[in-house]
Amino acid sequence: MANLATNFIGIKSPNPFWLASAPPTDKEYNVRRAYEAGWGGVVWKTLGSEGPPVVNVNGPRYGAVWGADRRLLGLNNIELITDRPLEVNLREIKSVKRDYKDRALIISLMVPCDEDSWIDILKRIEDTEADGVELNFGCPHGMAERGMGSAVGQVPEYIEMVTRWVKTHSRMPCIVKLTPNISDVRKPAEAAKRGGADAVSLINTVNSITSVNLDSFSPEPMIDGKGSHGGYCGPAVKPIALNMVAEIARNPETHGLPISGIGGVTTWRDAAEFMALGAGNVQVCTAAMTYGFKVVEEMISGLSQYLDEKEMTSTADLVGKAVPNVTDWQFLNLNYVTKARIDQEACIKCGRCFAACEDTSHQAISMSEDRVFEVMDDECVACNLCVNVCPVEDCITMIELPRGEMDTRTGERVGDYANWTTHPNNPGATAAE
Amino acid sequence: MSNSQLTPGIVPGRLPAESYIKNFGDLEPLLDRHEALVAADRCYFCHDAPCITACPTSIDIPLFIRQIATGTAEAAAQTIWDQNILGGMCARVCPTEQLCEEVCVREVAEGKPVEIGRLQRFATDRVMAAGVHPFTRAAPSGNRVAVVGAGPAGLACAHRLAMHGHEVTILERRPKAGGLNEYGIASYKAPDDFAAHEVDWLLKIGGITVKTGVELGRDVTLDALRKDYDAVFLGIGLGGVNDLRVEGETLEGVRDAVDFIAELRQQPDKAKLGIGRHVVVIGGGMTAVDAAVQSRLLGAETVTIVYRRGKDRMSASLHEQEHATQTGVRIIYNAAPVAIRGEGRVSEVEFAYTQDGPEGLVTLAEHFTLAADQVFKAIGQTLLAPAGMAADKKLPERLADNLWAGGDCTETGEDLTVTAVAQGRDAAEAIHAAIMGAKV
Repeated sequence: MANLATNFIGIKSPNPFWLASAPPTDKEYNVRRAYEAGWGGVVWKTLGSEGPPVVNVNGPRYGAVWGADRRLLGLNNIELITDRPLEVNLREIKSVKRDYKDRALIISLMVPCDEDSWIDILKRIEDTEADGVELNFGCPHGMAERGMGSAVGQVPEYIEMVTRWVKTHSRMPCIVKLTPNISDVRKPAEAAKRGGADAVSLINTVNSITSVNLDSFSPEPMIDGKGSHGGYCGPAVKPIALNMVAEIARNPETHGLPISGIGGVTTWRDAAEFMALGAGNVQVCTAAMTYGFKVVEEMISGLSQYLDEKEMTSTADLVGKAVPNVTDWQFLNLNYVTKARIDQEACIKCGRCFAACEDTSHQAISMSEDRVFEVMDDECVACNLCVNVCPVEDCITMIELPRGEMDTRTGERVGDYANWTTHPNNPGATAAE
Repeated sequence: MSNSQLTPGIVPGRLPAESYIKNFGDLEPLLDRHEALVAADRCYFCHDAPCITACPTSIDIPLFIRQIATGTAEAAAQTIWDQNILGGMCARVCPTEQLCEEVCVREVAEGKPVEIGRLQRFATDRVMAAGVHPFTRAAPSGNRVAVVGAGPAGLACAHRLAMHGHEVTILERRPKAGGLNEYGIASYKAPDDFAAHEVDWLLKIGGITVKTGVELGRDVTLDALRKDYDAVFLGIGLGGVNDLRVEGETLEGVRDAVDFIAELRQQPDKAKLGIGRHVVVIGGGMTAVDAAVQSRLLGAETVTIVYRRGKDRMSASLHEQEHATQTGVRIIYNAAPVAIRGEGRVSEVEFAYTQDGPEGLVTLAEHFTLAADQVFKAIGQTLLAPAGMAADKKLPERLADNLWAGGDCTETGEDLTVTAVAQGRDAAEAIHAAIMGAKV
């Protein structure tokens, strides 16, 4: 059995599955139960400065997007940081950590953007024996209006400044949590690194309106006829998160900076994908909010089985495996030629490939009187749309044309690797010498 | 009442009162909203979908299912009714397993089709329950059309003609409109008086007068109708019933299955219906299955369908045959009646085994006998042709310049509600084109 134990910036946990800072980690009661269920670590829901706790709305906090049979695909929220008194949270953190020394316990923090506030909160958490801190520079709603959360995360200089304060005034490992609501995620990651961050975690939630009530004309979730943008998470945001993780992992400036991957992790496979793209561990929230703490059992068994199948002995063998294969479009091989093939045995003759290709692509699929669908190689550009709309798995596949074979669409034989940088149509092409 | 399943003879009240409510309630209940969304999501929205081709009325099935999936059952119902104004009844009685659902790509691939029939009912029931009739009439054309027979063909024809602005008079020999929807369908397929409600709903379009108790040939002649109206449509169904032509056919307890089904449909309190302890049904169509299943549901101890040919030749679908056997009906294939016996009233039926070979059906020497307190004949119906017409064959769809026919009475009829609707609708379009063309 592969060993799932991970060491993330010196913080040990029996598996790479942490619960992200969110409602599931808001209090001792939940966190104890999460550990009992098997979670490797917990990032305690964000603490703020001492003083009157924040208040939350008293109407709906969550909006959702559903798939068929009401499968929850995306969730958004307008909840703020913890609304419990600071000293209660601190007492509970200490109590839990004392009983679960083998589990990771990170404290998420968000206080105003001045050094004294950070000095104060760091001092208060000092004797909880927590394993580290996560700086919440990500929440896009509510707190951002008060100059915190994503308001900090959107300004690399602020990220660097605050991170430096934290590293100056605390010996705890420091994870900087990044917002996806920016144009280039590499900039805040670089800033965090310059400030001395031990790791980054991403993504926080995406600015969103999940739906509009077409009777009351208010965004959902609706509070007394009005709605506010909320933070989007869950399976729907995973592709966005994967790309951002990969961008940081392959950026020479941040390459090697530990990453805690967050964003729609629902199964072991999602976790493995984040890890292959460079995440040392993953944080989960929506899956736990949808199915309860028990889902971690599937994640543990699934990842373990996968590592065994790949003959990997620990999660470290997996981390970053796919990073070298993430590249820029300009370096993709333009002489990699594939053609769609329809397996007539598997085909159920629904005709979706035909409609998609005929109406919206390259008119490269023929349809006979008796509903036999076939690819015309001399028209097929290998766009993959037919594969994606086909309801039968593996019915349509892409077959690579070997080097030297004639591509009947272009009338040219498949050549050696060549990319856009040297292509004759590229005005900026560098001459191949 | 002290009768039980074991009481000899034909007696009512064999079952406890609550059994009748359960037995004659909805066989397949209405999908709720969430079930409908899940069922609708299974549709692949096929290109040039096979289900549309398989539907005799060519309903755009993928479109109406997508309209359900997106929360617009009203639009879905409109899509259905545009092609089939009796879409509500067809959703209940169509042998979908032999039509749209048989060719559904998911049936072919997985043996589990999209539940087209139930989805159709979801859409049509919702809109009908809201009392909406989404069709209006064109400006009055001044033309008058007589429709003989208020069955599916006649009703579909009348509705389409009314929509085009014509004045329609329907003449129906029975006390109620609806035809076989009202008198011929198994009760559990259309409970709660659905057939009558659907007729009321259909008539909301206006411009249609229904005259019941009027019989062609007895109360009015075809010649008179053709003289008085711009066009006449005959949707008269099959009024005659085939005889067994065996000894004992006239004994008490031997009855036509269609009469039994009609009586059952019209009796609101099923406990009052007499049924035999041992029932034998002779025939292999839907009428045989409906009579047999309902005999069981009324409390008959044993019910046996005897069909002269093999399982695959039976015109009732495999699905219907399975439904019958699951209800406790025994089906004996390849046997034909030889004699019905009894002292004044039937007590047993003797059958000979048969063999269906290249030379046709051969009767074998081996015989068997079934005990029977009641025998239902369900071996097919025949056209009772109006005076002046050949009685030995069914009608063409167009008989003369101003005379059309549709439904089971025609050569192209298929003994299916949905086919009758398609024929009635298409005849209406032909009548409309003919009389408007003549006016130009």
